[in-house]
Amino acid sequence: MSAARALPIHPGWLRAAHWLNAVAVLVMVASGWRVYNAAPLFAFRFPREITLGGWLGGALQWHFAGMWLLFINGLVYLARNLASGRFGRKFFPLTAGDLWRDLRAALRGRLAHADPRTYNGLQRAAYLFVIGDIALLVVSGLVLWKSVQFPLLREAMGGYDGARRVHFFAMAALLAFVAGHLMMVALVPRTLIAMVRGR
Amino acid sequence: MRITKQSPIVGVDGESAVKDALKLLSPRVEQPARRAFLQRSLTLGGLAMLSGCSITSNAGVETALESISRLNDRVQGWLFDPTRLAPTYADSMITRPFPFNAYYGEDEIREVDGDAWRLEVAGLVSDKRRWTLSELGELPQQEQVTRHICVEGWSAIGKWGGVPFAHFLKRVGADLSAKYVGFKCADDYYTSIDMATALHPQTILALSYDGQVLPSKYGYPVKLRMPTKLGYKNPKHIQAVFVTNTYPGGYWEDQGYNWFGGS
Repeated sequence: MSAARALPIHPGWLRAAHWLNAVAVLVMVASGWRVYNAAPLFAFRFPREITLGGWLGGALQWHFAGMWLLFINGLVYLARNLASGRFGRKFFPLTAGDLWRDLRAALRGRLAHADPRTYNGLQRAAYLFVIGDIALLVVSGLVLWKSVQFPLLREAMGGYDGARRVHFFAMAALLAFVAGHLMMVALVPRTLIAMVRGR
Repeated sequence: MRITKQSPIVGVDGESAVKDALKLLSPRVEQPARRAFLQRSLTLGGLAMLSGCSITSNAGVETALESISRLNDRVQGWLFDPTRLAPTYADSMITRPFPFNAYYGEDEIREVDGDAWRLEVAGLVSDKRRWTLSELGELPQQEQVTRHICVEGWSAIGKWGGVPFAHFLKRVGADLSAKYVGFKCADDYYTSIDMATALHPQTILALSYDGQVLPSKYGYPVKLRMPTKLGYKNPKHIQAVFVTNTYPGGYWEDQGYNWFGGS
């Protein structure tokens, strides 16, 4: 029992992957907004001050550098998670009933975080969602970058123009997750400490 | 080719006025703009740590991003399948009007005298004879309806016809094991491509657009059309083709656009 207590809540490799991913997402979103501004899909542009890269060429350099961090770090995260069995342990089982119960509790401000080692239903669903969403961002981004070389992925995204929309909305969904994630961290600050120090 | 965006999606007047002004100043403005991008990125604090450079080392960030772009050239060369074809479309899907795009405005389009024009061929080729437009017209021709993808993200479907570039390169006895094919254009544009893409079956020396003689705005008398590369890699008003093993760069590439620029 005391040995188990001595183990960190989040192992070191996981904390490293989390923060590298946070940096990658920041770079990809901020430079991606500047790329979007060059030919907006919709009737708005992102304020220039919150974009990264200065001009289109600079933003593309950041974007196509950040993609390697996002991609390689994501692969290492998934591989270690699956190989160690952590993925199955932490995220499953996940039932619709658990999700519904924890969602209602969260909305009433009564979601319990008694044991930071165990994710509640809402956390499990949210983390699985963001893993899938980032995978979708990578795949749709690959189609935008190399639409001729990946015909099957391109057709799965509804062609080149379809991939632009998928990439945009997956980015918006990622931001929605980040907003909720930061709000929960503000409400339960010790989760932030655990993600920095491990306990 | 970009900077002006004649995309059918957007047309804000204030925006285009600023762009017109930038166009006039573009050679001088681009460099300060790059400095500005570095300064702005550094105000984002921790981002600078990405490259492992100190916050004051702007040149370090720039060098790191440049070398990752060179790495991405190699990765794209490796991903490029010389036999994989870009999708083709029905004539009914052609974008009308097809957008004009260049590093200058539509009022500055170069008018080339087709009768006096000769295509120069230089570098690692055995036959350096100059070509007239009608001589090019006598070579085998091929037509394609393909998607032109701009580095800005928009795309448009167009129909180009002309000489398969692989045929032309073989005809002039080009060294097909050379690394690069470079282009010099009448509008002072220049760019270069990898030999694998030069030999791709859909890479053509385009002489026509939509069944008509190639109009000035699309690059009369000759444009290189490659559906496997972004718009800025497709030079217009070509005056010289040269085969080389020395990296020739390009108008936008020298300012930071990725050199391979493939899709």
